[in-house]
Amino acid sequence: MLRLEALHKRYATGEVALTSVDLEVPKGQVMALIGPSGAGKSTLIRCVNRLVPPSGGRIFFDSQDVTRLGSRKLLKMRRKMGMIFQEFALVERLSVMENVLSGRLGYVGFWRSFLRKYPQSDIDDAFRLLKRIGLDHMVDKRADELSGGQRQRVGIARALIQDPQLLLVDEPTASLDPKTSRQIMRLICELAHERNLACVINIHDVPLARMFAQRVVGLRLGEIVYDGTPEGLNDDVLTEIYGEEDWHINKYARKAARQESSCEKEETAKPAAMSV
Amino acid sequence: MNSIIHPPQTWVRQPFIKSKTVRYCIYAGVVLYIILAFNTLEVNWVRVWEGLPRGQKFLAGFTPPDFISRWEEIVDGVLESLWMTVVSTVVGIMISIPVALGAARNIAHPLVYFFCRGIIAVSRSFHEILLAIFFVKFFGFGPFAGFVTLSFATIGFYAKLLTEDIEDTSASQSEAIQATGASWWQWINYGIQPQVMPRMIGLGLYRFDINFRESAIVGVVGGGGIGATLNTAFDRYEFDSAAAILIVIIAIVFLVEYTSGMIRKQVQ
Repeated sequence: MLRLEALHKRYATGEVALTSVDLEVPKGQVMALIGPSGAGKSTLIRCVNRLVPPSGGRIFFDSQDVTRLGSRKLLKMRRKMGMIFQEFALVERLSVMENVLSGRLGYVGFWRSFLRKYPQSDIDDAFRLLKRIGLDHMVDKRADELSGGQRQRVGIARALIQDPQLLLVDEPTASLDPKTSRQIMRLICELAHERNLACVINIHDVPLARMFAQRVVGLRLGEIVYDGTPEGLNDDVLTEIYGEEDWHINKYARKAARQESSCEKEETAKPAAMSV
Repeated sequence: MNSIIHPPQTWVRQPFIKSKTVRYCIYAGVVLYIILAFNTLEVNWVRVWEGLPRGQKFLAGFTPPDFISRWEEIVDGVLESLWMTVVSTVVGIMISIPVALGAARNIAHPLVYFFCRGIIAVSRSFHEILLAIFFVKFFGFGPFAGFVTLSFATIGFYAKLLTEDIEDTSASQSEAIQATGASWWQWINYGIQPQVMPRMIGLGLYRFDINFRESAIVGVVGGGGIGATLNTAFDRYEFDSAAAILIVIIAIVFLVEYTSGMIRKQVQ
């Protein structure tokens, strides 16, 4: 369903985020993408919907080459890829309902969306999803009034109302407490199973990846170093991915992480991984 | 026990300019310049002394302020100024919004960016009075010249500050809207506009404030409004009426500033 061929990304700063990634994700599979900060996880999923333009290689989705799509076709393609963000990325001054309905923007015309006159079917869908995530009593609350877990639920609803075939999930639990993290991961996976969606989840937290994913891919310095079952994640593999003993690589990863994003918590997965 | 006595460690703040000579040369230069500058003023203290009673008479001419004999002209002037202010603020903001979108680095194409930055720079480089003198020559005396002046000046102010706010918007929120497959305008409407709305309202009210004050000045050079009324009063040596006009201007400025402050607080 989703197939990456020799995907390469080099930023304008000269930093190479992805060297050459080959990856295939079949329909209905929940795949966790793990790796240290700066390994290129975020870049990888952003290349898929071209929020970040890839600099080489190909991305096939739904039997079309995403990298070659014109801008209009790209917008159409993005509708089929729901994205869930780290720190939720809800539009804070919009209401819960507006945030959910914004997932339909790719389907409705400008004036309809501008006047907030969405088709009744979209509204029905939105209510159904809000009920499913347990927020149907908060329809008109502003997004910045919600708690972290509630916000991420709205983020999930926004992605699902797109009626996607693929979910791109970027660190969904990065700013949530352990219990809420589990609930959010469970919700994402349940919904993905119900709708038979392919799902790529970037995640720092290795135990969570073990708990919920059917397949784990380890990324290090822009290269895939592990691709297998969650059970296969032993200490050696984790060392391979995170380079626990190799300080040179760690230093490099830290440096890259600082350049890439200051929001990402540094290597929160590592102590957790060692304790397992 | 450890009986070694450590000498007290001293610390002084590092001077901004490291070299002592350079530092003292700069100080001396500044002092010298100020002394020279004062010397060019050439104040004739004898004349100042002789002029004092005349100044007193002039100020006395302002009291008591006369609201009555020119009341109709004052009302006309105020209404014209308010009209000028409202229309120029609205028109200025309507032009500013697309300019601001074009001038925001995180949204606009580089070519559009430079073009829009150019518009802002031109608008900002002239003071309202210079613009007013130019437009009065261009369109003739009257409120239309004032309206054009204020609209044009509004662009530089409003577009510049709105641009800064657009550039400060959260990238993740707008990215999330892009990821849904939204078109450009939808992206602006959902991803950017909600984030800058409070600032837009606040700046609009603030500019309304400024435009009313400027409308008085613009009138003095021929742009119509209460400023023209004020100018006429001065020309006719009707200082008591002029005082009345000044009081009316101050009152309205206070009122506008107070209300716009209240509304801005509500929005933010």
